[in-house]
Amino acid sequence: MTNPAKPKSSKPDAFVMDANRLDALIGALASSGHAVMGPRVADGAVILGPVAGAADLPLGVTDRQEPGRYRLKTVKKDPAYFDFAVGPHTWKKFLFPPREKLWSAERAAKGFAVREDGIDAARRDKLAFVGVRACELAAIAAQDRVLTGGEYRSETYALRREQTFIVAVNCRTSAATCFCASMNTGPGVGAGHDLALTELGGGKDHRFLVEVGSTRGEKVLMALNAKPAKPKDVAAARAAVAQAAKGQRKMPKSAPTVLAGATDSPRWADIAQRCLNCASCTQVCPTCFCNTVTDTTTLDGSGAERWRHWDSCFTLDFSYIHGGAIRGDGAHRYRQWMTHKLSHWFEQFGTSGCVGCGRCITWCPVGIDITLEARGFVKDAKGKRKG
Amino acid sequence: MVKSTKPVPDSMTPAPFRVTARRQDLADTFTIELEAADSPRGFAFRPGQFNMLYHFGVGEVPISISGDAGAGKLIHTIRDVGAVTHGLSTLKKGDMVGVRGPFGSAWPVDAAEGSDVVIVAGGIGLAPLRPAIQHVLDNRDRYGRFVILYGARSPKDVLYLPELQSWRGRLDTYVDVTVDHAESGWAGNVGVVTKLIERANFDATHAVAMLCGPEIMMRFTVAELTARGMDRGDIHVSMERNMKCAVGHCGHCQFGPKFVCKDGPVFPYGEIEALLKARGV
Repeated sequence: MTNPAKPKSSKPDAFVMDANRLDALIGALASSGHAVMGPRVADGAVILGPVAGAADLPLGVTDRQEPGRYRLKTVKKDPAYFDFAVGPHTWKKFLFPPREKLWSAERAAKGFAVREDGIDAARRDKLAFVGVRACELAAIAAQDRVLTGGEYRSETYALRREQTFIVAVNCRTSAATCFCASMNTGPGVGAGHDLALTELGGGKDHRFLVEVGSTRGEKVLMALNAKPAKPKDVAAARAAVAQAAKGQRKMPKSAPTVLAGATDSPRWADIAQRCLNCASCTQVCPTCFCNTVTDTTTLDGSGAERWRHWDSCFTLDFSYIHGGAIRGDGAHRYRQWMTHKLSHWFEQFGTSGCVGCGRCITWCPVGIDITLEARGFVKDAKGKRKG
Repeated sequence: MVKSTKPVPDSMTPAPFRVTARRQDLADTFTIELEAADSPRGFAFRPGQFNMLYHFGVGEVPISISGDAGAGKLIHTIRDVGAVTHGLSTLKKGDMVGVRGPFGSAWPVDAAEGSDVVIVAGGIGLAPLRPAIQHVLDNRDRYGRFVILYGARSPKDVLYLPELQSWRGRLDTYVDVTVDHAESGWAGNVGVVTKLIERANFDATHAVAMLCGPEIMMRFTVAELTARGMDRGDIHVSMERNMKCAVGHCGHCQFGPKFVCKDGPVFPYGEIEALLKARGV
């Protein structure tokens, strides 16, 4: 992780601030030069975008998520700032933009000269995220390993990532599509944040438990005049998070090994009959990193650019080599996505590629549920062992 | 994650290289020789590795390195099959090319020392094997018997003909060439390259094989070699998949749990056997 670990000291780790101090927190981040991003309501969904103050946050908004279905509801009594689960956007869109210019080139007398515009732009991008959930921290950590953990790293990602200040939020409710507890990524925030909030109480008693995750987090918090937390505040926060873990969907523990041996399963053809190959799951997934590049030229041919944009293993083009696509069948493409996410990722990067956020379940237009499909493969494997 | 405190070039930024020579090998295949434009600092690579070559304004393609021309010069043999490779085919001496690399795994030329070496190539598959052949010939006393088997579609499609003839002229190297379709004037073999394996003289239990060609050719070659007693771990194949980044970030070249760009392109056959046998991986 980039966030510098907090030095051990006798100072308290947990503080309490009134809910109306959220404005001051956003203000402090903005005045220290950050572009502050957070949740807000647009087009009937909680999306992520610039927030100028607490008034922009979705106070009182809750959501109802099911396979292929997402609806918002506003509650009047004791409205909370963060009692909704993750929406269709992910923080990936800021750290690893859907479209990013990597470089441009100008034709010169003898050849051409390349200018790294992407790196210059990334250096200017000083971001603060407010409202990052535990599963999303796990997703950011997963993308860190892909884009910066190997022999080569994406410099634009690395620059943005290091400059980003993260205010995490512990979940005290789950959507019906969440399965973070079974992926060991949530609903409680573990690591990777600068500050972590837990919403407590309501009405006049509406407040936040604020926990410090890094030195720079501590610095920001000091400016907010938060009081040290009482043990009962900490206990209330832990209890709320424990409650959120209950009733979630579950990913079977054996999914990674079972899927590794399921290459020839007839289930792939069955899923392919339902899957529309629309790539929606890969666009809402917070860890999907597959991308492609497009080279362009100016009309007079004197300048050229290279852009990187999100791609999806669900497209035919994705596996194209001269002669045709390697994964010509929808069953091959779904198998690639699911085995990569749940199984091959371990071999490649040492962790699961799935963080249990449930977005792919909610935003699948036909409601394919990755946990249910995984259970199917596990059931087949058990049947085979017995047989 | 590694800190990025000082400005370093992104792994996606190509370096400028200049074309120092160009040769047309076949009707659709050409070879270019490249030199770093900034500093002729040489170009270190291992046989089997590849570069991403950028043609201004058109795009980038992964191309195996097919040799070291000495004096820091780099050789690429390219088939004109798509927009970028066609662009590259129009380059002349003095023109500029963007280069990122070298990337990927290498032929096991060091591990093969002391063993017989069997090269089996099909079509332009000979190009990525050329640096390995050159290495064995340059260090001939470190290896046992040296066998080069090559198959092309027709006599007109035989790549590196002058070199094949010169290798064939050596008494320490066995070279056999076949074509799918003969023409008048062809006195050699006709048929698939796997047919050449039977009469080649090598000790299958003390040999290392290096294969590059169409997947179907490699599968049948592996069957012949293992039937002769060769271990699957001693057979190395060079794989090809769609590639956009070459640094393990774009996901296109995934082959089961492997990334062809960084775990390959050269794999011990035993490691990827199951993946090669499944369809659509």
